[in-house]
Amino acid sequence: MLATIEKNITWFLACKTHDVPTNGGVCVKYNDDQIALFHFARRGEWYATQNECPHRQQMALSRGMIGSQSEEPKVACPFHKKTFSLKTGECLTGDECSIKTYEVKVEGNNVFIGVAQS
Amino acid sequence: MKIIVVGNGMVSYKFCEKLIAKAATNSFEIIVFGEEIRPAYDRVHLSEFFSGKSADDLLMAPATWYADNNIVLHTGDPIQQIDRSNKTVHSFKGITTSYDVLILATGSSAFVPPIPGVEKDGVFIYRTIEDLEMMTAYAKKAKTGAVIGGGLLGLEAAKAMIDLGITDTHVIEFAPRLMPRQIDEAGSNILKAKLQTLGLKIHTSKNTAEILGNGCISGMLFSDDTKIEVDMLVISAGIKPRDELAKLSGLEVGTRGGIVVNNKLQTTDPDIYAIGECALFEGMVYGLVAPGYEMANVVASNLVEASLNLPIHRETLEESASSINLSEKEALQDPPLGGGGACFSPYDMSTKLKLIGVDVASFGDPFVAGDNVRSVVFEDTMKGIYKRINISGDGKQLLGGILIGDAEQYNMLLQTVKNKVVLPPNPEDVILGSRGGESDGGAGVLSLPDEAIVCSCESVTKGMICGAVTEGGCETIDAIKKCNKAGTGCGGCVPMVKDIMLHTMKAQGKYVRNVLCEHFNYSRQELFDLVKIHELKTYDEVLDKLGSGDGCELCKPPVSSILASLWGEMILKKGNDTAQDSNDRFLANIQKGGTYSVVPRIPGGEITPDKLIVIGQVAKQYNLYTKITGGQRIDMFGAHLNDLPAIWEQLINAGFESGHAYGKSLRTVKSCVGSTWCRFGLHDSVSYAIRIEERYRGLRSPHKLKGGVSGCIRECAEAKSKDFGIIATEKGWNLYVCGNGGSKPQHALLLATDLDDETCIQYIDRFLMFYIKTADTLTRTATWLNKMEGGMDYLRNVVVNDSLGMSQQWEAEMQVLVDCYKCEWKEAIENPEIRKRFNHFVNAPEVKDPTVVFEDMREQKKVKDWK
Ligand code: SRM
Ligand SMILES: Cc1cc2nc3c(=O)[nH]c(=O)nc-3n(C[C@H](O)[C@H](O)[C@H](O)COP(=O)(O)OP(=O)(O)OC[C@H]3O[C@@H](n4cnc5c(N)ncnc54)[C@H](O)[C@@H]3O)c2cc1C
Ligand code: SF4
Ligand code: FES
Repeated sequence: MLATIEKNITWFLACKTHDVPTNGGVCVKYNDDQIALFHFARRGEWYATQNECPHRQQMALSRGMIGSQSEEPKVACPFHKKTFSLKTGECLTGDECSIKTYEVKVEGNNVFIGVAQS
Repeated sequence: MKIIVVGNGMVSYKFCEKLIAKAATNSFEIIVFGEEIRPAYDRVHLSEFFSGKSADDLLMAPATWYADNNIVLHTGDPIQQIDRSNKTVHSFKGITTSYDVLILATGSSAFVPPIPGVEKDGVFIYRTIEDLEMMTAYAKKAKTGAVIGGGLLGLEAAKAMIDLGITDTHVIEFAPRLMPRQIDEAGSNILKAKLQTLGLKIHTSKNTAEILGNGCISGMLFSDDTKIEVDMLVISAGIKPRDELAKLSGLEVGTRGGIVVNNKLQTTDPDIYAIGECALFEGMVYGLVAPGYEMANVVASNLVEASLNLPIHRETLEESASSINLSEKEALQDPPLGGGGACFSPYDMSTKLKLIGVDVASFGDPFVAGDNVRSVVFEDTMKGIYKRINISGDGKQLLGGILIGDAEQYNMLLQTVKNKVVLPPNPEDVILGSRGGESDGGAGVLSLPDEAIVCSCESVTKGMICGAVTEGGCETIDAIKKCNKAGTGCGGCVPMVKDIMLHTMKAQGKYVRNVLCEHFNYSRQELFDLVKIHELKTYDEVLDKLGSGDGCELCKPPVSSILASLWGEMILKKGNDTAQDSNDRFLANIQKGGTYSVVPRIPGGEITPDKLIVIGQVAKQYNLYTKITGGQRIDMFGAHLNDLPAIWEQLINAGFESGHAYGKSLRTVKSCVGSTWCRFGLHDSVSYAIRIEERYRGLRSPHKLKGGVSGCIRECAEAKSKDFGIIATEKGWNLYVCGNGGSKPQHALLLATDLDDETCIQYIDRFLMFYIKTADTLTRTATWLNKMEGGMDYLRNVVVNDSLGMSQQWEAEMQVLVDCYKCEWKEAIENPEIRKRFNHFVNAPEVKDPTVVFEDMREQKKVKDWK
């Protein structure tokens, strides 16, 4: 795995830009973790969050529909359509816990996800 | 300040929630001890356990919520002792810990009268999830049941018995009428009559003398020497406050139970509070959740206020206070623990509930009578409706009342009482509706003052709701719930919240209509026409041309459905894949655990032995659970996302095609065996069903579509429960439309009789196109018809008599869609770009989701239950 370390963030190569559907997500394996990676093509933005939906602990957010609520980019879990901000991870519907978010950077056609060092 | 809460029921949870919301971070250390094994759950909706809610669904908040908010929660560990002089508590599991403030929120238990035999097996109480689990287990072997208690909880327990399949159930009430605390004699009679039609046997003025049986209950003996046989009994004769711990610690309790509190909810020890169903305030124990929440609120506010005055914060406060003013400094002199100024006052006990499908409500003072009071009563014994309102002598004020059978006006009437809204000149209008006059009875939501409490569980006023709309920009119930929690408690106020929201939006000049979501200011019907006129082919084009923002999960599926209905293109093409509902995107239904189901089309339910074998082989190879569905075909469950293309490849090679079980599209056309084999069959229903299923397969529509064809009037295909049902007659086919199973079953209505094969299909073409073009999103044909002005007569005119002159066009459009049908699974597996999306990990395509766990069950697998 290609990885560089920079101010406590480990960047790892997740996939190529064309591996991710426009305005949709894929699931990236990082050791034993699952990270949902989204290409918000309408806004030219990339986001990454945990793949597990905190509502019923389903590994599903990468398969959810993305969109916006006002300006906030969000993803809706395919199971019960709870929605989460892609920016902050905050749950936008009800009291579900928030989700973890990760930094993403694109260099050429490589997509990197930044994982904080613990 | 260290706070210990004893009990983790609804009120305890609400107390924690309020405290955290009001307090500055870390100003409190909170420890909660609960006796039950799970964190606080919604007892008010306990009965929904029987209609499929799990214990988890009922939780007020998951255990993680407590941890996230720095609350230490001990479940399954009741407090057994309070040492008031050292200010410590001691728990069952041996924890001893000190407190600055102790909150007793121990609730109530069910009151069990001392009837000989109550200890027998098969006698239950109705209070906790465990009670319900035990009842469920026992009910399997019970045929007849009884409930002692005809009050609110008793009737709910009776409903539970019916839900458990014990339809032969008796209700035994000691008082001469049902719900003696809430309704009067006449109301009770109406309610009784209604409940009896549902099969309950109601006995009033009946006193149980003994519970009979040898070890297990087998019958009941009453004081009038009558007997009944029963296998199972639920006692629901009232509640008994859990004051034993308080009593043991020397706190004052009432003679009939309850921990005595003042208007700050302090017990006789000022550092110990009691809130919720264990507290006795001015001689009254409140057995409802709303007053409990208010108590929690009062204590939380006061503690937060007091915490500002505590020694730890003193120095900082003193520093600033010296320079500010004297009165604040004075406040520092004597910091009382119960600091703040909030007080609890006697609480309104109005209630509205649905008992076994019958609305029952009582509000204000339901019983007042006397010289200076007039009562207006409306009674309709046929329909089972009873309404009574009590009005002041001058006819100006509403004092209270009772509603049975129809409680739609409850919220409005309650607000009228609470806010002393002046009644219209003919007060009876408020229950009968104004007849002929111009006004709307004078009591619409508009007449409420802004201070009127609309949601009493969360103390949300009308003004706050209006504010959420005008300042907060809320335009949906969900947004309002999120903004100020209105409607998140018992939910009873939701219709009124919606009314207020809509009124406020209208008053702001907002045109309120059925728009899809914040991104499209159009209804589905308007959007359909616009997409067609502008010939838009992708979701992004539609959004750019007709919408705003980036779209969301509310508008993507209906727009995708419109595109599919209009152009008939493969749904995953042209970047439309990510605009599909998740099931459509992966051409399969996602299931618990994240696997998918595979449902090949089996038109009319007819299948060759060879094809059956293929299904068996595929299921075996991929370890899939197989089941015959309610739609006459076979579902294979538990397929990994990665396996879907290979599975479908094998099925397609064997001659199968997609069954569209995942789409809002045609599912099955169910058929009976018909004239080829059946001695009563008039026509070949199987051949016709196959022809129809193959004609409309893959057709995308506002909601799913189902059909049925029966070979004769015996109707073995249940065609009348389908969106279109065809039944053979001597002369041809009768066509029925707009039937529905599901949660609100409705039989299809006759559209036309004695049709030949071709005309019948022609009519179905027109009917379906009309539906696809005009229905709101996710509206089945039945609901679409119910909302249609003119109803079936109008629909018949359009379809049969071509009153809109659209028939030719619709038939042609349908033919285009029929001609461009392709199996979308075949296209998916043949297109490498689409096929590569069926992997769980983008960077490890060969690895399946490792979190999927199966268990064994009856020689097949099942998915592990969710946590
Ligand atoms: C598999 C099956 C149950 C079974 O084991 O028999 C089933 C399974 C599901 N049904 Fe159904 N329904 C099945 C027959 C029915 C029937 C009976 C029938 O078709 O004769 C009905 C009532 C008839 C009707 O629709 O009018 C039925 C009424 C529903 C409804 C309620 C629709 C309504 O109008 O109220 C839903 C919810 C919805 O569509 O929004 C639903 C939704 C579902 C979903 C898709 C729920 C979901 O989103 O996950 C289930 C998918 C399970 C899966 O993973 O594949 N299912 N469902 C049946 C598949 C039939 C088939 O071969 O395609
Ligand atoms: C079937 C049913 C239907 C209802 N329907 C309605 C309704 O429609 N509307 C309405 O307003 N109300 C309704 N209620 C009443 C409502 O549920 C109660 O008013 C509410 O639950 C009271 O909350 P509480 O926190 O005071 O008590 P509880 O919810 O009873 O919680 C008290 C908790 O404290 C625990 N406990 C007791 N002693 C100790 C101890 N020493 N140490 C640790 N823990 C202890 C108990 O085990 C319990 O878990 C209904 C109740 C039932 C049972
Ligand atoms: S299969 Fe249908 S009825 Fe059964 S649980 Fe699922 S949605 Fe409900
Ligand atoms: S599992 Fe995600 S919303 Fe329920």
